[in-house]
Amino acid sequence: MDLIIDGFKQAFLLLIHGDPRVIQVVWLSLAVSGSATVLSLCIGIPLGSLLGLARFPGRRFIISLINTGMGAPPVVVGLAVTIFLWRNGPLGVLHLLYTPSAMVLAQFIIGLPLVAGFTLATIQQQDPKLRLQILSLGASRFQMVWILLKEARLPLLAAVMAGFGAVISEVGASMMVGGNITGQTQVMTTAIVGETSKGEFAVAIAFSIILMVLVYLVNLILTALQQRSREN
Amino acid sequence: MSQVSSVQPVLVARDLGVSYGTRRVLEIPAIEVMPNRVLALIGPNGSGKTTLLLCLALLLKPVSGKILYRGREITDGAMVLRLRRRFAVAFQEPLLLNTTVGENVALGLRLRGIDSAEIKRRTGYWLERFGIASLAQRNARALSGGEAQRTSLARAFALQPEVLFLDEPFAALDSPTRQSLFGDVVNILQETRVTTVLVTHDRNEAQTLAHRIVMLMNGRIIQSGTPREIFSAPVNEEVARFVGIENVIEGKIVANRDGVVDIQVNGSIIEGISSARTGEFVDICIRPEHVTLSLVRSSTSARNVFLGKITSLLAAGALVRVSLDCGFPLVALITRLSADELNLEVGKQVFASFKATAIHIISVK
Repeated sequence: MDLIIDGFKQAFLLLIHGDPRVIQVVWLSLAVSGSATVLSLCIGIPLGSLLGLARFPGRRFIISLINTGMGAPPVVVGLAVTIFLWRNGPLGVLHLLYTPSAMVLAQFIIGLPLVAGFTLATIQQQDPKLRLQILSLGASRFQMVWILLKEARLPLLAAVMAGFGAVISEVGASMMVGGNITGQTQVMTTAIVGETSKGEFAVAIAFSIILMVLVYLVNLILTALQQRSREN
Repeated sequence: MSQVSSVQPVLVARDLGVSYGTRRVLEIPAIEVMPNRVLALIGPNGSGKTTLLLCLALLLKPVSGKILYRGREITDGAMVLRLRRRFAVAFQEPLLLNTTVGENVALGLRLRGIDSAEIKRRTGYWLERFGIASLAQRNARALSGGEAQRTSLARAFALQPEVLFLDEPFAALDSPTRQSLFGDVVNILQETRVTTVLVTHDRNEAQTLAHRIVMLMNGRIIQSGTPREIFSAPVNEEVARFVGIENVIEGKIVANRDGVVDIQVNGSIIEGISSARTGEFVDICIRPEHVTLSLVRSSTSARNVFLGKITSLLAAGALVRVSLDCGFPLVALITRLSADELNLEVGKQVFASFKATAIHIISVK
């Protein structure tokens, strides 16, 4: 019991005093996961829209890949990225392994199928006649897709939250491609694993609290948005 | 009428073909949309009328054939976009966006690059015309079915289209809502004289609104003509039933005296007007409202008088639908007042009569 109470006490002290190491780790977590989420959105929303609106050879295959990717274990993604970035690997010359860039890449690969899959599902839920209606009002193809996505803004926001939530709480891939190097590639999840294995429960608990608060905030925003859309 | 025939059609489709997979769903050799006229496409579900509307509205690319706009063939995508911006479409479902009613009505105008003062003016005018001005700031998701369809139609009319396409805009509404909206649209169409293509499976809508009717079945044009032609001279039994002719009786021509024919029907002889030759098999079409009932053999000019036994009585509003067995089945539609005067009841025998000129005869091939 003492271990837990003591751990919490120290964790609060670390948080209240704004321990520089804690701040550095939280900042890197947000930067890496934020960048990965933005990248996933930039590629995932157009990809999901294309798959939802166009018919072309190989479409079904790509959809099956996305569906598989939505449930892919991060640790396997981590392994794949590590192999590619390994010194003698195909992209070894870039020297990206054990850098935050490698972590962004791995988290992007985890987030992309989530965002693309959510976008695809959202577009497919819309009445197919809505596209004809928008075109008949005089929209170009590009304007039509833009209006459809604007129409789907709430479910798409859910996709953003889901993507961010997934990558910020993922540990396997970040650990493998980042290496959990203190001051360089350590993020909250890898820090929790590292500190726990050293018996440093206070630091692990502090990071866990921050992570939980973040996840809670994400869910709070989601719930608020869903409630608002229901009232409309 | 000679002036009308010299007018150039707005849209012409030739040899139009649409297939879903290997199934041919539309096969239209030729169809014309004339300016300031309402063209109704009618037919049962799955007859291809919506598919034809989508082709004409340039929202569906046919696999074969061509569409001409004022004599010019429509070729590239840029021309399609340019022409779509001269058309407007309202569907059976209102298909509104998740924003205010006013913004929904303004959307097409914005996409067409109309200046904002004009957008405001037209949006205001058409919201007023459709009686939804008070809902302008309301979210479109919070509307009733009738209000939503009014918004959808205001959005289409606000575009002041060269051709207006209406795909069963009243079909999903409940009866009182439909009647009030239909009445408004009838007035607006008569006033604006906008060129319209109307898809409907409601014969009354077609009869009220259309200058010309095209009847489709299985993706093909079965008959086209004025409402009078379609409703009084259907080309086959299916069209006859569709336009509300309940009595379609099979018979065989046994005599033709200068166009007056005797048709044998299960032992009785029905007299009609036809060019069909002796020995031909025909369908005899009689509208139930053209059948009169009496208790005594009347001495009017009607030659077709048959004694029949009432098999059922069905009240339908102010009218009563009387089914008779005259050796062949016959349905009469009479007023409730007449039914009461005749003291009709099931099993009772009455005389049914109809004029030779009131029946339409179709040769069976």
